[in-house]
Amino acid sequence: MSEYPELSFETRMESVEFRIDADRAHITVDDTKCRDCSVRGCIVACPADLFVPMADGGILFNYENCFECGTCYLVCNEEGAITWSYPEGGHGVVFHRS
Amino acid sequence: MVDFDAIVVGAGPAGSAAALELARAGRSVCLIERGPFPGSKNMYGGVVYGRILDTLIPKWWEEMPVQRWVTRRATMLLTGDQALTVDYRSERWGAPPYNGATAYRPDFDSWLADKAVDAGAVLVCSTTVTGLLRDGERVVGVATDRPDGDLTADVVIACDGVNSFLAKEAGLYTDVSAENYTVGVKETIALPREVIDERFGVRGDHGVDYEIMGCTGDVPGGGFIYTNADTLAVGLVLSLPALAAGGRRPEELLADMKAHPAIAPMVEGGEVKEYSAHVIPEAGFDMMPELIADGLLVAGDAAAMCLAAGIWLEGVNFAIGSGAAAGRASARAIQRGDTSSAGLAGYRSRLESSFVLADHRKLRLAPHLVMGDLAQQKLPALVCGVAEGMFRVDNPDPKPGLRRIVRREMKANGVKWRDAVRDGWRAMRTFG
Repeated sequence: MSEYPELSFETRMESVEFRIDADRAHITVDDTKCRDCSVRGCIVACPADLFVPMADGGILFNYENCFECGTCYLVCNEEGAITWSYPEGGHGVVFHRS
Repeated sequence: MVDFDAIVVGAGPAGSAAALELARAGRSVCLIERGPFPGSKNMYGGVVYGRILDTLIPKWWEEMPVQRWVTRRATMLLTGDQALTVDYRSERWGAPPYNGATAYRPDFDSWLADKAVDAGAVLVCSTTVTGLLRDGERVVGVATDRPDGDLTADVVIACDGVNSFLAKEAGLYTDVSAENYTVGVKETIALPREVIDERFGVRGDHGVDYEIMGCTGDVPGGGFIYTNADTLAVGLVLSLPALAAGGRRPEELLADMKAHPAIAPMVEGGEVKEYSAHVIPEAGFDMMPELIADGLLVAGDAAAMCLAAGIWLEGVNFAIGSGAAAGRASARAIQRGDTSSAGLAGYRSRLESSFVLADHRKLRLAPHLVMGDLAQQKLPALVCGVAEGMFRVDNPDPKPGLRRIVRREMKANGVKWRDAVRDGWRAMRTFG
């Protein structure tokens, strides 16, 4: 195989600067809707891998390392399951070499 | 009394161009950016086509923060173990007025925002616009997340990017469907300058732009490699519904492309300096919102003005073109004292008579063609198969002849003449 092993997801995300807003989550998930969702596109599509399926059928999410791209709410199959806004000014992802 | 003549939301290329034109017309303008500095929230593949700057900043190439000037443009079609590349290079693109340049968006966007500030615009960073202020139907300003953060103006120009919550709040988008969007993911990979020069066959400040098809598995999309001075931008663009319905994550699909025998020698080694992701309005003309409301204009990605037409992948130039037009049209409307949608109608006519809407109108079928089944799932294998048949020497068998090879490969790849002719005709009409 390759002499350059693929980097771990953790290392990948460590390359990105996030100025985390500890006071407010800019993503909220109405977990009751996720239980009825058969698609759960957010889990595979979110580039930051922020959506994790739970054993009980719900979805655990984390807002801190978010690229603020919008993929999750665009692919969300259940009306209103994901509410998404921008983080407070100055917070969130900060790109330097994009 | 309003706080400013105009408020521009978002200090990306559209917003800065709008603010620059307004300030130059002598109007007071506030340019609001939610990131800590312009460009900090922005990400793209990697090429700016600068000629749109000719009218805004004479000799822009002498000061624009450029990584490399693109003098080689290659389009690559991949199967699992084959690659066919069309590779064009032109030394003319390495001298003024140039063609395309790679640049980091935080550098480029900050530079353009500074131009607006130099002209008199007030740039306010680290401030998120949370909604529109209205008087009846009319937009009269914005609410922000600063204490006492409401600001009023005669015109608001929404340059708030692909997710444009302002255009949506104003009801300018009738339908927001995942089908119209792709997500781009990108690694910025550090490599010594000499290594990049050697691998890509360029010297000095010349660089390369690779666009790649057939590298995204079952998900419609494409790949790219752009050379910066001492990094590579390596990424994928992926159709949202197919990505969400499939089983593989974006970074896994990207790893697959990087491992391809035709790609690995170009990109391997080096350290990933930054991983990034951004959504792209992919569907062009057919997904554009209403561009004008009372007291409100929409420009750039917020108006879906990104051009994703296969061989042409442009966005920053469309953002600047539309932003500048919005700035000029609103300066005019403010001067005449009518910033209703009728008073702002000059924006639309300016766009219609420029490349912004002319290109989008002409290429409205292109995104569907490029993301369609024939181009995505069949064309790379068909074209590589034909090349294989042409170049393989099968002695003692005689050479088969092109027509026979094409027939054989079409059959092998399940391409029907009917579909090929239909899409070929559409492509001729679209690109011709």
